[in-house]
Amino acid sequence: MNTMLKLVAAVSTAALPLTAAEVTGKVSLKGTPPPEKVIAAVKADANCGKVAQGDAKTRIYLVGPDGGLANTIVYVKKGLEGKTFTAPATKVDIDQAGCMYQPYVSAAMVGQTLAIKNSDPFMHNVNVQPKVAGNKGFNIAQATQGKVDEKSFEKPELGIRFACNVHPWMIAYVSTFENPFFAVSDDKGNFTIKGDLPDGKYTLEAYHQKGGAVTQDIEVKGGKAKADFTIEVKAAQ
Amino acid sequence: MSFRSSRGLFAYAVFTALATLGLICMGGLVTSKGVGMAVPDWPTSFGYNMFALPVNQWFHGGVFDEHTHRLWASTVGVLVVFLVRFLGGVESRRPLAWIGAVEVALGASLLAVGPSWKGAGHFLMGIGGVVLLAALTGFRGQRAAAPLPTLGWLSFWAVQIQGLLGGLRVVLDQWVVGDLTLGLILGLVHGCLGQGFFVLLGVIAFCLSPLWESISLSRPSGPGAGVPFWFGLGCGLVVLQLILGASMRHQHAGLAIPDFPTAYGRWWPDVDSESLVRYNQNRVDESSVTAFQILLQMAHRIGALAVVVSVGMSLGSARSRYGAASPVGRLAAVWLAIVLAQFALGASILWTHKAADVATAHVALGAAALLTGTLLILVARKLSLPECGTAPVGVVPVFAARSAR
Ligand SMILES: [Cu+2]
Repeated sequence: MNTMLKLVAAVSTAALPLTAAEVTGKVSLKGTPPPEKVIAAVKADANCGKVAQGDAKTRIYLVGPDGGLANTIVYVKKGLEGKTFTAPATKVDIDQAGCMYQPYVSAAMVGQTLAIKNSDPFMHNVNVQPKVAGNKGFNIAQATQGKVDEKSFEKPELGIRFACNVHPWMIAYVSTFENPFFAVSDDKGNFTIKGDLPDGKYTLEAYHQKGGAVTQDIEVKGGKAKADFTIEVKAAQ
Repeated sequence: MSFRSSRGLFAYAVFTALATLGLICMGGLVTSKGVGMAVPDWPTSFGYNMFALPVNQWFHGGVFDEHTHRLWASTVGVLVVFLVRFLGGVESRRPLAWIGAVEVALGASLLAVGPSWKGAGHFLMGIGGVVLLAALTGFRGQRAAAPLPTLGWLSFWAVQIQGLLGGLRVVLDQWVVGDLTLGLILGLVHGCLGQGFFVLLGVIAFCLSPLWESISLSRPSGPGAGVPFWFGLGCGLVVLQLILGASMRHQHAGLAIPDFPTAYGRWWPDVDSESLVRYNQNRVDESSVTAFQILLQMAHRIGALAVVVSVGMSLGSARSRYGAASPVGRLAAVWLAIVLAQFALGASILWTHKAADVATAHVALGAAALLTGTLLILVARKLSLPECGTAPVGVVPVFAARSAR
């Protein structure tokens, strides 16, 4: 059955005109986000204090000097209906180092392998509870340095939370998609979606865990498209 | 073995109740810090027998809180099993022996089921072993007056159910019922039952106390007997507050509103979807809040005011009926002091942005408030009966017979 599915996927992927497309742009933050907090517990913890580098801080809104917003996932939300894609063979690395998850936000295709690693010389547990039916949760203890566990999710879901309960400030988010056309904005807010995205019209969404989501219609022509997004944070009161 | 006087049993019961309050603090800390799943398995810990976990794995971040909670709970379990034995006299030996034997046999048969049941099998055999040991203990003290042995048996079953709930909360953490995970639901029930269990042990200890014996002396003359209305209302409202509070804590929604006494800068917050987006965008916190969670905190605030008012009225009614210097008057004053301190602690949870120790103290003080209210009702009830000391509620001067000997 699985082989059959893969075969179908391979055929349908092959049927698409192959173009090395590139969709680029920048995500900006409008408004004043609340200030990030120093996570004092990292240094205070007997084990984490030894491996922590500098002051660990929350990473809710990482804004570059000219307003670029990091950790925003930009992905093709509409325009690929009915098409199936095979998960890339590359693995998505999620590391636990210095009692923080690295990276904080990542994205993977459904079925793509996530390599969850413990780089610290003591135990972390990785507790994951997806909300979408069909995505299996797990809670595993990684007791030794260098331990890697491989997992994957079968359904698309935004912001699956990874949590360590030994160090409850340790949180990361993984989003999964049915197509490989997604990217996470860098610390300047820039993103590049690369891949064999055929020319045509699509809807892109930029999704930030706290800031929310904005969509935009684009047209890929000659394998190129550009889209800038603005996510607005409004005052609480 | 035998207690030399009823004082010995009283001291043992107080110790058990205090150990339970400590256990509530430890469990509260686990929830405050959100480390309930730091040890992913149960009744084993990282595959080890709970009591054989290497120390270097125990003294480690959230594992410390969760694993200490488990060990502490086991200790309270042992204390309660022996409390049943002491309260029940020799008559308790036979049922304890049966229960212990059945638990050992069940545990042994779990071992036969398969290797994945080994941890559970050993655990159940351990519990059964302790129960058997209590049955074999040659304590010759007589059976305590009714209903103390029954209350003892109640705490016996409560502590085992409570332990099972705590374990299932870990094992079934990810199971979903409706929109909620069993981790949340069972955790909530575990938290509430823990409070009830503490009150039960507090009542047992109180009924063994010299104060309980002497209380009939402060009986008011004339009519007006019965439990004052405000005692009952105050106690009921405290129970409601405990359930609301536990719901907030187990959703980790204690900070659903970050400011106090205002709520998002108003007296009543907006909870439309546009406002919720704004609130959540401005939370430097990994969780997001829902309208339900905001309203839950508002209900808890209103409940707090209602508790303060009804406990204040309780004090007034206790003083006018029994006198300020009477045990009832004093206990009611203690109750009001606890409730006011509890109100202040609740506010400071918000002002300190939910420091884990403040939130946990709030849980422990809530348990103390419920116990105090319950004792007040018991005392008022005892005083309202025509013949103090021999009456049906009559958790009578328990060991009077023996101390006279
Ligand atoms: Cu950790």
